[in-house]
Amino acid sequence: MSRYKETPLIFELATSNEGSRYIRPLDVPKPDFSEWFGDAYREGKPNIPDVDEISVVRHFTNLSSKNYHVEVGTYPLGSCTMKYNPKVNEDMSALTGFAATHPMQPDETVQGNLELLYHLEKMLNDVTGMAAHTFQPAAGAHGELAGILLIKAYHEDRGDTKRDTIIVPDAAHGTNPATAAMAGYKVREVKSNEYGTVDLESLEAALGDDVAGLMLTNPNTLGLYDGNIEKITRMIHDCGGLCYYDGANMNAIMMHARPGDMGFDCVHWNVHKTLSTPHGGGGPGAGPVGCNELLEPYLPRPVVAKKDDMYYLDFDRPKSFGMIRSFVGTFGVLVRTYAYMLSNGAEGLYEVSEGAVANSTYLRERLKDYYHIPYDTPSMHEFVMTSEWQKKESGCNTLDIVKRLIDYGFHPPTVYFPLVVAEAIMIEPTETETWRDLDALADAFIKIAEEAKEDPELLKGAPRYTPIARPDETAAARDPILAG
Amino acid sequence: MIGYLPMSREERRRMLASVGVDLDKLFDMIPECDRCSVEEYEALADKGMKEMEVVEHVQALADKNLNTAKYDCYLGAGYYDHYQPAAVKHLINRSEFLTSYTPYQAEISQGTLQAYFEWQSYITRLTGMPIANAGLYDAASGAAEAVLLACRDKRRYKVFVSGGMHPETLETVQTYCHAADIEVVVGEIDENGQQTVYPDANREFACFMIQSPNYFGIVEDLDLLVEKAHAVGALAVVSADPVSLAMLKRPGDAGVDIAIGEAQSLGIPTSYGGPGIGYMAVTNKLMRKMPGRICGQTVDRDGKTCYVLTIQAREQHIRRERATSNICTSQALIATAATIWLALQGGSGLLDVAEQSAAKAIYLEKKLTANGHFKLVYDKPYFREFLIEAKEGVDLEKLNKALLEEGIIGGLIVDDNKLLIAVTEKKTKEQLDRFAEAMLRLCDA
Repeated sequence: MSRYKETPLIFELATSNEGSRYIRPLDVPKPDFSEWFGDAYREGKPNIPDVDEISVVRHFTNLSSKNYHVEVGTYPLGSCTMKYNPKVNEDMSALTGFAATHPMQPDETVQGNLELLYHLEKMLNDVTGMAAHTFQPAAGAHGELAGILLIKAYHEDRGDTKRDTIIVPDAAHGTNPATAAMAGYKVREVKSNEYGTVDLESLEAALGDDVAGLMLTNPNTLGLYDGNIEKITRMIHDCGGLCYYDGANMNAIMMHARPGDMGFDCVHWNVHKTLSTPHGGGGPGAGPVGCNELLEPYLPRPVVAKKDDMYYLDFDRPKSFGMIRSFVGTFGVLVRTYAYMLSNGAEGLYEVSEGAVANSTYLRERLKDYYHIPYDTPSMHEFVMTSEWQKKESGCNTLDIVKRLIDYGFHPPTVYFPLVVAEAIMIEPTETETWRDLDALADAFIKIAEEAKEDPELLKGAPRYTPIARPDETAAARDPILAG
Repeated sequence: MIGYLPMSREERRRMLASVGVDLDKLFDMIPECDRCSVEEYEALADKGMKEMEVVEHVQALADKNLNTAKYDCYLGAGYYDHYQPAAVKHLINRSEFLTSYTPYQAEISQGTLQAYFEWQSYITRLTGMPIANAGLYDAASGAAEAVLLACRDKRRYKVFVSGGMHPETLETVQTYCHAADIEVVVGEIDENGQQTVYPDANREFACFMIQSPNYFGIVEDLDLLVEKAHAVGALAVVSADPVSLAMLKRPGDAGVDIAIGEAQSLGIPTSYGGPGIGYMAVTNKLMRKMPGRICGQTVDRDGKTCYVLTIQAREQHIRRERATSNICTSQALIATAATIWLALQGGSGLLDVAEQSAAKAIYLEKKLTANGHFKLVYDKPYFREFLIEAKEGVDLEKLNKALLEEGIIGGLIVDDNKLLIAVTEKKTKEQLDRFAEAMLRLCDA
């Protein structure tokens, strides 16, 4: 049993010392609200308890102690790029000069914000090989939607309405097909070949004049770079479609290769992956989307523009597909992004990607004799191995292996993804791990492979020293309790 | 030493050599791989900046803005400047909340998961609805998700949206609906600024959606919405500000089917429009059709109460193109900040914030409209925000520029001759008096 205690819900911590603590007492006359609001008025205090400050602070501090996080150790989640989040970026984002600006302020009063976004856009253009970016999308998946809507707006503008299908490889993130469906498209899946990349025959068979575009990440979710990429984007263009680059794996290629040069028409960023903004336990992110000149007129509005020496938000965009959220974007996150890009510079980003690929390659080489690696081609920033050998020998599956990893002080990798590999264990160490860190992780994996042979129960009972043991997820979904 | 890399290139080379890999061949799979050329970077920071330089550069940009800590600002229109107690930012800046991932590994994510659960609980208590999710990007995309949810549920592909919604929310709904081939009918508000006219005798609509308080601050009639929507078999959807729900009828009590809204008003900095957080709450019947992350309570192997992400069969990583949405972000850190804000304020503090915002808005409006310089456009109860029209001949652009000279960021100009003015509990009587005096004086100038 774990030494951690259950933490009661905040609603159980009501104080007897009730009252408003933070707000200056009312200094204007108090109206009769019942009369003012009439039927819409609801008398009495809202159904939430007053809790004293120390109890609130202890409650959330105790909760926080039950989380694993980047600042305690390696977080090798494949496709999630859990790199170090530099402290200074937090300070920059919290500057009063940014945090206390209102989205409806006139442009001339927020020149600093606009100048920042203007330069950030140019830097993102440099790294992706694109002509322009929008900052509207609130996260990566939101960026995917914006990218596909750009493609849709382009076809509609040309009156090319027969195109109702988006091609997605079978190794793609689930967000790709989900996004295509939200944008009103049918999804046509193409297979991976024996090397784990796009099968050209399967792609050829999927082409037609109903194809609006392709969604692809390169390197793909197996960490494999598709050497046919220029051929693939040409095939799509030749049949009248456009190519969307899923930027989830940008950390592998920054300043080494650019989606624009590969033939892609648009691309999204996950700034909380590649550009180091914190994940926050599931947001907030930001998903800037870049595109070439062909798609630029369709970008969501507003875009950041400059005339003479004044920066401004340009809403006058007749071909824009519209807004996909309110205001300009998740600005607070973009300030962190900007600071990170300045710190690294172009040279730094080149080395960031080199470090990410080097660390992943090193780990793979250290583990390849202990775990089955399904594709024996060089991988980039992440690689996929499986529990096939352990499962055959001792019945220990991927879940058992990674839960045991928690006992050794590591966060598990991404598991059971991509779907094209059975019992997948997807590892992305990122460039911010030291050689020591990588060795410690490799040693733990190797130890677990030995334990699987000698004492499988060690794995099946894991994790042991965590705030809770394995939860009953079936019960949670069958009779949901979603509020207290 | 470049950026945040812990290893020199030489160490990287040695590390790889120890396992028989050549650093120089690491990128051989990319044809013609030279370092890409850059333009903006060379101009700004090709080789990167040291931390000191970054701080100086970024601070200088921040200093170019006029900020609302220094200037007395009356802008609202969907984003409101409510007070955030100091403890909020100290707690959410803990790296345990800040730097953790989406809580898929429940054993080492109970902090985030219980925070999700408490957020969902607060939202159900504020809205009077039984079910809430862990959060959406913002109110605008939340409204779009609500419309898609209604269409999925009703298998109808036409929706009615009030003309009193935030224009950017309306535009976002139209973007999503265009993509999904859903027809949007936009209603007109009446001379009192309320949505009182609804389509009837027509069972084509999946939902009727309104905002309350609406874009002009006017409190809408939720009972009428529910009556009209249900009469034609449509779902009733409302975008409701969570602070206002401290003193106004709750969507759940009126029989609303889906409540969404922008929860930035729960003490989140305005930060030029983001990050904020959209909430979503629904009836029991719609639970399994809802988009977004959902956290549920369960027990672990030892019978201990714990929390997990649940009902995931709706989501993209399982259901792919048949998912309820592609969303996989819940604005978790912002939800946590709003949760802590609610915990610290409690029911008493929340009610105080709501009452003071309402009272101060009324106080200011009465001063501005007392002697004919401005008149109230819609004569119905408003909350925290109101729309006034200037007398003939007043150039509001000029007026706002003159206010800036006096350290005031004035209201939002609507249709050239109207001003949308928002007031929160942060304003003092002295500030309001000074603002009113300046407005009336400049009106005559």
